[in-house]
Amino acid sequence: MIIDTSAFIQQLINGVSLGCLYGLIAIGYTMVYGILRLINFAHGDVMMVGCYFAFYGMLLFTLPWWASFLMAILLTALLGVLIDRGAYRPVRNAPRISALITAIGISFLLENLGLVLFGGRPKAFYRPEIFSGIHVFGEVRVLDLHVWTALLTLLIFILIYQIIYKTRIGRAMRCIAHDMETTRLMGVDLNRIIAFTFAIGSAAAAAGGIMWAMRYPQINPLMGILPGLKAFVAAVLGGIGNVRGAMLGGLLLGLIEILLVAARPDMAGYRDALAFGILILILLFRPTGLMGERLPE
Amino acid sequence: MKAKKVITAFVILAFLAALTVVLCCSKASDTVKIGVFLPMTGGVASYGQMEWAGIKTANELKPTVLGKKVELFLVDEKSDKIEAANAVSRLIKKEKVVAIIGTATSGNTMAGASIAEEAKVPIISPTATDPRVTQNRKYIFRVCFIDPFQGAVAAKYAFESLKARRAALLIDQAQDYCVDLANFFKQDFVKMGGSIVSSTFCQSGDQDFTAQLSAIKASKPDILYLPNYYTEDALVCKQAAELGVKVPILSADGAQAPELISIGGKSVEGFMFTGHFAKEGATTALAKQYIQSYESKNKTDASGFDALGADAYFVLIDAIERAKSTEGPKIREALASTKNFAGVSGVLSIGEDGNAKKGMVMLHVKDGKFRYLTTINP
Repeated sequence: MIIDTSAFIQQLINGVSLGCLYGLIAIGYTMVYGILRLINFAHGDVMMVGCYFAFYGMLLFTLPWWASFLMAILLTALLGVLIDRGAYRPVRNAPRISALITAIGISFLLENLGLVLFGGRPKAFYRPEIFSGIHVFGEVRVLDLHVWTALLTLLIFILIYQIIYKTRIGRAMRCIAHDMETTRLMGVDLNRIIAFTFAIGSAAAAAGGIMWAMRYPQINPLMGILPGLKAFVAAVLGGIGNVRGAMLGGLLLGLIEILLVAARPDMAGYRDALAFGILILILLFRPTGLMGERLPE
Repeated sequence: MKAKKVITAFVILAFLAALTVVLCCSKASDTVKIGVFLPMTGGVASYGQMEWAGIKTANELKPTVLGKKVELFLVDEKSDKIEAANAVSRLIKKEKVVAIIGTATSGNTMAGASIAEEAKVPIISPTATDPRVTQNRKYIFRVCFIDPFQGAVAAKYAFESLKARRAALLIDQAQDYCVDLANFFKQDFVKMGGSIVSSTFCQSGDQDFTAQLSAIKASKPDILYLPNYYTEDALVCKQAAELGVKVPILSADGAQAPELISIGGKSVEGFMFTGHFAKEGATTALAKQYIQSYESKNKTDASGFDALGADAYFVLIDAIERAKSTEGPKIREALASTKNFAGVSGVLSIGEDGNAKKGMVMLHVKDGKFRYLTTINP
C-alpha cells in the first residue's frame, strides 16, 4: 500500500503521541529497576488507580479538572510510597524473586480491588475543553491533546532528569543504583530515597495515565495491564535502568507500532505480538537495550 | 471459665449444624436450580451486567416453575474464554444445575459448550449470534438471530438505503463474532455490487485506532462497517471524529450498551446498528410488562441485552414447564420445539438446530439516546 506524504505525517504524529505516553509510564519502571533491580509489575495498575483518582476527584468532589488531576498525581505518588512501605520494604533483603512475586501480587490486588470498588464496566473519562481543539493542516489533523501530551511529557522528563542528575537526592539515587551497601555505609537513608523514587515514578505514571485516559476516554480496572506491559517493553528496549533510554524506547515503540499498522493495515492485529517480539529480540541480542551501559546480573 | 468456653463452643457448633441441615434440605427439595454464567467484569462487563439485570427482572415476573421456586446461581466468566469454560464445569459438576443461561458473547459460549454437551445440560445463550455456536451441538440454544442474517441486513441497508458502494472494515480479530460478521457483510455487499476498499484489524482491549483510521481515511470509503463491541466502537468513533473520517458508521448488536454513548459522546451521533430490541418497537404483552418492571427497578431504559437476558429466562422456564421435568434431555427436546413464543424481543421459534427465528431492529443514536429506526423480518 502506498502512503502519501500527508498520511505519513499524520501517522508520525499518531506515533509520537502514543510513544510519549509509553515513555512516561516507562520512566517509572526504569527508575525503580535502576535502584532496586525490581521489575515493578504493579506499575501499570498504579497508573490505573491514578486515573480513577482523577475521575472521582471530578465526579464526587466536583473539583475543577486541573485540581483533580493534580490531586490524583499527588495521591498516586503517595500510593507508590505506601506500596513500597507495605509490600516491598519487608522483602528488601529477601531473594530478588520474592520481590518480583510480591510485585505481581500487588498488581493483582490493585486490579481486583479496582473491580470491586469501581465496578467492571468502563467509565467515560472527561476531557477538558482546553485539550479538545483540533488544528487542520490540509489532510493532517493535530489535536490540542497531541501538543499538550508532547509538551507535558518533555516537561516531566526534563524535571525528572534534573532531579536525578542535578540534586543531592538524585545523586543518592544514582549511588544506590551503583552500590546499595556502600551507599548505606556513607550514611544515606536508603528507605527515604527509595520511597522518593517510588513517589516520582508513580507520579509520572499517574500523569501518563491521565493523558492516556483523556486520549482514549474510557477507564476500567484492567486498563493498566497492556500499557504497563508495553511500557515495560519500552523500558527494556531503551535499556532498563536508564531514564533517557525509557523515553527513547517509548517513542520508538509507539512509532514502530503505528507505522507497522500504517504500512500494513491488514496486519494491525499483530501489533501487540510485534511489541513483545521486540522484547524477545532485545533480550536475546542486546539485553542492555539501546542505551543501557551495565549488564543486569 | 473453662466450662463457659465449652458451652459457647457447643452452642456455636449446634447452630452451625442446624444451619447446614436447613440449607442443604431446602436446596434439595423445593427449588429448581438454574445456572447463569455471564461476563460481570472485564472487557464486556456491560453485557453481563445488563443481561443479569434482565434475567433478575424476568425471574421476579415468573419466579416459579413446575410449582417450585427457581433458584438462580450466577458465575462471573470475566470476559475470558478459559474462565467461561471453568464457569460451565463448575455450574454442572459442583452446583448441579438443571440448565444454564449464558453467555453474552459467541466465543465464550463456545468455550463452555462442549462441557455442557457432554453432560447433557442445556445452555441457552441470550446473545451469542455467531452461527458456529450451535452447529453440530444438540444442547446449545439461543434466543437471538444469527450473524448471516445480521450481516445481510447490514449490507442491504448500506447498499440500498445509504447508497454506499465503497465499504471499509475495521474488525476485532480476537472475537469470532466480529470476524464472522464482517465476512457475512463482505459477502453480501460484494454480491450486490459494492466493493471493500480497506480491511483493517484490531484486538479487543486496543485503545489506539489512529493508524487503522488514517489508512481507512486514505482509502476514501463511503461507509465504515464496524462489527465490534461497544468499548472499541466508542473509541473508534471518537478517534474517527478527531481524524476527520466523515463517513457513516454502521455496526451490529454488540454496540447497544450505554457506554457507547457515555464514552463516545457527540462522536456517536448518527451511529447506526442492527440490534435485538428497541423499546419503541416492542409489541408483545410480555414486553410491556417487562419494560415497566425493569425500568422502575433499574432507573434506565430497557434495551437489547437485558431484554434478551429476560427472553433466555422466559424461554427456558417455558421449556421446563412443557417438559414437565428437570432432566437435561427432556428440557432439550422442549427447547427445540419452542413455537411462536411471544417473548420480550418479539415472537420467536427455536428449531432442532438450536437457533431462534425472529425479527431484527435497526437502531441509531440520536440526541444521546438509542432510537428505533425500523424492524426487519427474516
